[in-house]
Amino acid sequence: MKLKTIAMALAAVSALAGAAPALAQAKEQFFPLLVYRTGPYAPNGTPWANGKQDYIKYVNATGGINGVKIAFEECETGYATDKGVECYERLKGRPGVAVFDPQATGITFALTDKVPTDKIPLITLGYGLSASQDGGVFKWNFPLMGSYWTAADILIQHIAKKEGGMDKLKGKKIALVYHDSPFGKEPIPLLQERAKMNGFELSLIPVTAPGVEQKSAWLQVRQSRPDFVLLWGWGVMNSTALKEAVATGYPREKMYGVWWAGAEPDVKDVGANAKGYNALALNTSGTQPKVIQDILKQVHDKGQGTGPKDEVGSVLYTRGVIIQMLTVEAVKRAQERFGKGKVMTGEQVRWGLENLALDQKKLDALGFSGVMRPVSTSCQDHMGSSWARVHTWDGAKWGDMSDWYQADEQIIKPMVKTAGEKYAGDKKLTRRDAADCQS
Amino acid sequence: MFYRENGQFKSTYRADQQIFPILQDRIAILALLAVAFVVVPLTMSDYWVRAILTPFLILSMAALGLNILVGYCGQISLGTGAFMAVGAYAAYNFQVRVDGMPLIASLLLGGVCATVVGVLFGIPSLRIKGLYLAVATLAAQFFVDWAFLRINWFTNNSSSGSVSVAGLNVFGMPIESPVQKYLLCLTFVVVFALLAKNLVRSAIGREWMAMRDMDVAAAVIGIRPVYAKLTAFAVSSFIVGVAGALWGFIHLGAWEPAAFSIDRSFQLLFMVIIGGLGSIMGSFFGAAFIVLLPLFLNQLPGWLGFSISTALASHLETMIFGALIVFFLIVEPHGLARLWSTGKEKLRLWPFPH
Repeated sequence: MKLKTIAMALAAVSALAGAAPALAQAKEQFFPLLVYRTGPYAPNGTPWANGKQDYIKYVNATGGINGVKIAFEECETGYATDKGVECYERLKGRPGVAVFDPQATGITFALTDKVPTDKIPLITLGYGLSASQDGGVFKWNFPLMGSYWTAADILIQHIAKKEGGMDKLKGKKIALVYHDSPFGKEPIPLLQERAKMNGFELSLIPVTAPGVEQKSAWLQVRQSRPDFVLLWGWGVMNSTALKEAVATGYPREKMYGVWWAGAEPDVKDVGANAKGYNALALNTSGTQPKVIQDILKQVHDKGQGTGPKDEVGSVLYTRGVIIQMLTVEAVKRAQERFGKGKVMTGEQVRWGLENLALDQKKLDALGFSGVMRPVSTSCQDHMGSSWARVHTWDGAKWGDMSDWYQADEQIIKPMVKTAGEKYAGDKKLTRRDAADCQS
Repeated sequence: MFYRENGQFKSTYRADQQIFPILQDRIAILALLAVAFVVVPLTMSDYWVRAILTPFLILSMAALGLNILVGYCGQISLGTGAFMAVGAYAAYNFQVRVDGMPLIASLLLGGVCATVVGVLFGIPSLRIKGLYLAVATLAAQFFVDWAFLRINWFTNNSSSGSVSVAGLNVFGMPIESPVQKYLLCLTFVVVFALLAKNLVRSAIGREWMAMRDMDVAAAVIGIRPVYAKLTAFAVSSFIVGVAGALWGFIHLGAWEPAAFSIDRSFQLLFMVIIGGLGSIMGSFFGAAFIVLLPLFLNQLPGWLGFSISTALASHLETMIFGALIVFFLIVEPHGLARLWSTGKEKLRLWPFPH
């Protein structure tokens, strides 16, 4: 009898606890946060997640989005697709849900087919499906600020510039050491295209996920002695690759990482030995930008910071802040059209994401001057900007930013178009017309 | 008092041989089916149907397939993930390459391809036993992972190696909403569970069990080891293959080989061991334990109103889950299915245990 009473009481309490926040949230914009704070990708996933959450807290502390407060809930995916799908299903029904940032390419692939029916946009800044830049086919995907194709293109441009011109690439050997998953395989079509165009020899060296065992991959590097190594890794794979490079004696100066292989957790363990290693940079790092200072003041100084204070302003933390800023700006943009101070639906936020116009003035006002370049999206172009730089690890910190590069439209555009057409053909979709662009 | 068979006389062989000889069992199963087919779609939220019950059903089916091999025939296999992958990718290829291929046919043909691969990797079982066989089936896992990652033809030359399906329909009915997906999976699971239950009661099932208990003795009384072992591999991989196809098509929608990694093989083996080796019911218990419990543990702090960090919740989930596995294996090494049958035995005597 006693047990029964306790069980009944427990059930009642949990029912109340479940119902109460649902009522309270109806007036708030809800940001679902898919994160991974455990597992082999946690070192990189955690600062990213902290940046996203801190920016929400910062926006809430300064009055919300035109008065609309942001509610949020985290869900641990562990970078696994099936867990990500479960998290998506768990959080998509919350009142006021705006946009998903899956934080993983594999999860993005699985959600790409689900979001059109649920009418929730996906923001995949610098990752995800490269072809989804084509807004005419991928109505709900937003690979803002870059895809793996633009990343690979910029790296090749940078290497060519260092060598003294595109024609100098002829006959060179470039190896791609990649995470053996959709994430790592995405750049391959572009690199093959470039190899044909610029006459370099491309060798593909896969690393089995999660990448803690890379002896055979680096044995291949040692045998083939490529002139450059492109590193397409994430999580523990990056630091392991650098350690293996040290062990094999491959010069770190000849190694170029994608922007997911260019943050503090990737090089910290290797420290001074990783000196000279280069990686793409979508954003700056450090605590100088005004927005980071504001977060420190409004969130961390009040004791509400999500992660450790000394990680604020790190590369991936800043990227998390940028992602959340773009999301908030998309909601703001949607509010301009659909009503200021209201909670936006997924469809309205989608319009906002598609009509983002963040020029330098707006970025400066938001405190992002110097952190990133302006972003402006359209119905056809869901990327908004493909500018990126290359930074170098000096043994203690990231720095020595190169000039800005932009991906070569001549190569990217036809590839995106072909891939978009193929996707539309496979899924029996028709290209969006002008009327649909207004919706 | 309510659960006893007094007064239920069987006057025909047919009545004596039915799957559920006790009337109360039959009523309970029919009620369960009615709940699963009617009440659940009408009352449960989309989240429950889509994100909890559908994966639970599909993995139950995979566990059921594995249980035939491990629990009934005694051949330990670590290649379940691989056979699921073969089912999923084969079904995908049939769907994409053959115009107008019905979904059900693709799924079943995926199962057929998994059968072929399963029998192929089952051949070593004729010579090696026990843990050595487990290592041999591990080869299937690595080989299949390699094949789907490297051979572009299997993924229809998808540049990223990820494949996806859309616009599914069965007999003209679209399979889009969570309830439709759930009902499709449920139908498959019910049909396969019924087939499996009958199969293990038949001559071939008895051969498998004889093989499991002592292969030399079984051979002496005239059971052909080749036939018994390879049929177990065939039936098991067929069910696992169809489950894999459902996992890809219905649950994930888009997948890569990582969805069927070695972790999946271990997960299914644990389901079978925790649920109960050699029990159809046990496969469902095992799947429920492994699929539902972590979700429950993960969301419990939120329901109770505690706010703890995501990382801590996830660590707690793993720790409590691990502790519970150890606890159940100590309390009942024969799995949850044995607990279930002990409960039923007790219930027969209740309320007058002697």
